[in-house]
Parts: sequence; C-alpha cells; structure tokens
Amino acid sequence: MNATLCWRCLRAVIVREGLRFVHQRERFFAALVRPLVWLAIFAVGFRAVLGLSIIPPYETYILYEDYVTPGLVAMIQLFNGMQSSLSMVYDREMGSMKTLLVSPLPRWYLLVCKLLAGVLVSIAQVYVFLAIAWFWGVQPPEPGYLAVLPALVLSGLMLGALGLLLSSFIRQLENFAGVMNFVIFPMFFASSALYPLWRIREGSPTLAWIAGINPFTQAVELIRFALYLQFNGTAFLAVTACLALFLGGAILAYDPGRGFWARRGGPAEQG
Amino acid sequence: MSLTGGAARIGALALLGFAVAQPAQADTIFVSNEKSNTVSVVDGGKLQVVATIKVGRRPRGITFNEDMTQIFVCVGDDNRIDVIDVATQKVVDRLPSGPDPELFVLDPQGHRLYVANEDDNMVSVVDIATKKIIGEIQVGVEPEGMGVSPDGKILVNTSETTNMAHFIDTESHKIVDNVLVDARPRVAQFTGDGRFVWVSSEVGGTVSVIDAASRKLVHKISFAVQGVPRESIQPVGIQLTSDGQRAFVALGPANRVAEIDARTYEVKRYHLVGQRVWNLALSPDEKRLYTTNGVSNDMSVMDLERGRVVKSISVGGAPWGVIVKP
Repeated sequence: MNATLCWRCLRAVIVREGLRFVHQRERFFAALVRPLVWLAIFAVGFRAVLGLSIIPPYETYILYEDYVTPGLVAMIQLFNGMQSSLSMVYDREMGSMKTLLVSPLPRWYLLVCKLLAGVLVSIAQVYVFLAIAWFWGVQPPEPGYLAVLPALVLSGLMLGALGLLLSSFIRQLENFAGVMNFVIFPMFFASSALYPLWRIREGSPTLAWIAGINPFTQAVELIRFALYLQFNGTAFLAVTACLALFLGGAILAYDPGRGFWARRGGPAEQG
Repeated sequence: MSLTGGAARIGALALLGFAVAQPAQADTIFVSNEKSNTVSVVDGGKLQVVATIKVGRRPRGITFNEDMTQIFVCVGDDNRIDVIDVATQKVVDRLPSGPDPELFVLDPQGHRLYVANEDDNMVSVVDIATKKIIGEIQVGVEPEGMGVSPDGKILVNTSETTNMAHFIDTESHKIVDNVLVDARPRVAQFTGDGRFVWVSSEVGGTVSVIDAASRKLVHKISFAVQGVPRESIQPVGIQLTSDGQRAFVALGPANRVAEIDARTYEVKRYHLVGQRVWNLALSPDEKRLYTTNGVSNDMSVMDLERGRVVKSISVGGAPWGVIVKP
C-alpha cells in the first residue's frame, strides 16, 4: 500500500461522491428541506415544550427550535449515511462498483474512503443547514460552530458505518424502503433528537431506556454538547464504540473471502 | 464584525482550546426572595450564588443607599425596612416604613426613601438619618410603582387599582397631577434626562411613556409574542440605558424580556427568560441585564453586547427585586 496510491484512491472516491452530490440538485435540496421543514413547521407547535426546565448543556431557557436543531443536524447525517449505503447498492447493481473493486488496495481501505467521502458531504449539508437555522434565530455561541466539527466527523463516521453495514445485507435497491422503516424512523423517533429523555421518561420509561441506548441519541448528544462548547464523555465513548462495531462489521461483511457475500455466493453474482 | 474578523476570532478561540472564559465581571448582584425571606448574593463573574442573607418577612423592594455601602429591603409582612451592611452582608439596622411596604425609591440626594404602602393607599417619606417618617402622602388605591426625577423634585407613584400615575412635588408632598394609564400600573421609571416617565401596566399589557413636563401621554407601547396568549403579557419591570437608546421591559408570565428602541418605541426583540419575569436591573456598565423570575425561582443573565440570555441561576423562593453593585 503506497501513500500516493492511497491518496489517489481517496481523492477519486471523494470527488465522485462530491460530483454525485453536486449533480443531483434534488438530493441537495431534499437533504436541506427535510430538516428545515422540521424546524419551520414542526418546531412551531412545540415552542413551549421545554419552557420549564434547564438541562445540560444549556444554561438557560431555550425555545424548542434551539433544542431540536442538534437533533436535525444528526438527522442530516443519518439520512446521508443511509443514502451513502443506498449508493453502494446502486453501484453494485449498476456494476460501477467493480471499477473500484479492481483497485489493488485492500477492501477495508476502500470502505473507509467511501465512508469519509460520505461524511464530508454530510458535513457540508450540516453547515448549510446551521447557517439557515441561524437566520431562523437558532444561534449557538459562535465558537460552537467550530467545536461541533470533530463531533460531526465522529457521528458522521458512525452513522455512515452503520449504513455500510446495512448495505452489505441489502441485495436490491428496492429494499431501501425497508431501511427507512426499520432503521431511520425508529432511530430518529426513539432518540433525544425531538424530546429530551426526561420528557420521554414521563410518557414511557421503557421508551426512554431504548432511547438512552440508541446510538443515534448518543450522536445527537455529542453534537448538542459540542455545539454549546461542552464535551459529553459518555456520548463520545458510545459513538466511538458504535463506530468501531459498525465499521468492523462492515469490513467483515464486505470481505470477499469471509463475509456475508461469500456465504451468499459472492459479489460477482450480484451485478 | 467583518467576516474575516469573525473567522479570526473563531480561529483564535479554537486555538485556545475553547477555553472561552466569561469576561471578568466584578458585579455583585443582590436579589430579594419574596417567599424565602432572604436576599441572595450572586457573584457576577462566576454567576453563582455566593451568600444568602436572612431578612424580615416578604422582602420585595430593594435598593442601595447613596454610596452603596448599605442595602435597604422592604420587608412587607414585618412592616419595616431592613438595612443590610454590604461589607458584612448582615442586617444591621431597620427603618420605619409605614404598613406593608412593597416598593420604594431613594431620592437622588440619598437622604430620603419614598415608600409605597400597598395596604393604606399612602406614600411614606422616610428620613434615613433620623430613621423617622417625615411625611405621608395620600395617593390612589394600592400604591406600588415609585420613580423619582433625576433632580429629585418630582416623585411619580402608580396606584394599581386607581390606574393612575400620580406626580408628586417632593418639597410640598402634594400631588400636582394625575395621569390615567392602562390597568394595574406597576413600575414607574424616569428617563436619564428626566424628560419622560415610563409606566408599565400589568393587566393592560402596555407601557405608557409620559412627558414629565406636560404630563401628557406621548406613546403607548404594546407587545405581542408569538405563541404567547395576550393575557400572559404582563409588563412589570423597566430598565432604560443611560444613553437613552435602549429600554427593557419584563413581561411577567410571558417569560420574556422585551428589548425596545427607546427613541422610536419599537419593540426589537423578545428574549426568553425564566417564568414570570418580574423586575430587572442593568449592570453599572450596562453590558448586562439581570432579571428575577418569580415562578421558576431563578434569575436570568442577559449579555447585552451579544444580545442573548447567557445563563439562568437558581436563587431563593419567588425572587422579586434585583440590584447590582459594580
């Protein structure tokens, strides 16, 4: 594995992901409109939901818009991670994945490149969203915009790795609807993205427990704390551990010799 | 702030490892807690309660003496004014006040306190040196708000039930004029140049700006907060910046402080603070605004340079009045 080759490969994957993103305007707008709809419509009806308590990392009373923004940032990354996995399935169906797979570089490296490219795209989306949210009145402390960057990288990698792992199980593009139903929605709704855990606990302690162990909740909290210049150690460890787990699983699953592919008869028969 | 300046600032902060220290603020804030019969002492730098002073029952109105070495607190249920020594943070003396004192104001010369006696429709004039009531002025029903002109010649008292601002000559102790305002006037505040008096009407939901010379209503400010019912908007505390540019009005159960352009009377923004925000105090450098939030038992701190509420701090039960020492 030489460095030039590695770099060339990483750049190629990133450029391809970037091009795909730029060329698909609808995708860009969809990625932006989704959280903005939540912010502009959903949040209005819930303005007073949080009026009564101050929870870390906040130090004073906040409007619901402020609360939900980190959750929507994580939602952008969740969708992006899943969309990235969708593109893997697409590439596989269309055969363009073979171009990548003939590369002499190890399979795990190709996956990490793919993952990084997806994370970069998601971070670009997040900052555009945060800029619009600023005009909407969601104005975290200015240094928070920088402090949130490492959190975004970590949570983006974790959610992207989850997408990769899932993509290894999906044989056809059509199955992506299943991912929506069984992964994105439950992860998003059973989390602290929309309501704080104490509020969920009032309704259902079981749901609160599920939300507490949901990796997405940990990503949301990591982002939320970072945006307000605080470090959430628990969330950091949880997100890192999930990243290791999901990425390890994805590498294993995509390994032509050992993974699920091998058991299913190998990638060659998929195309 | 230019874009590059902003980027440079963010970059510099990043280099500091986000150790974004609050600018050192030497303010000491004193908050009277109506239900816990205490005065909380809050360090303006650390933004923490550093001491709690026991006072008489139902402390509400709170003000400094002229050189800020003492604090006077109306303790309504004990029908007197407690005197706190700022250095030792202990009650060292008491002054007479007339029955049920709620709110008072120190005359600009620092000799007298004008006290609103809520129960007997009276304003008592207390001489601080002799500790004696030297005059009583009959006013409307349930007197509350007290404001004194910068030259000390005119006292404005508002009566909650009569819905009037009474203009009183401080020499003769006679009412010279009455101005009708909206229902339940709570606070009266002179502008720094003494030309206008701002009066908040809690039930009416407005702030009346009265010309101090002609005693005519100049403007009436109304409020509307998205998602907050009209009847929850109850203006109480008023603070005006010394440059006459900005005004802040506490809106009670609307849990908001309105920021107003004091020249155009236009409401610029509403800032979310704790529940039932009652009274306000500007820091002496006017970089911060402190609020008392009576229902959530805390105070909120607003950074006026950045235009946002930075912290809410738990104090005692039903915080009511607030004053700031540099």
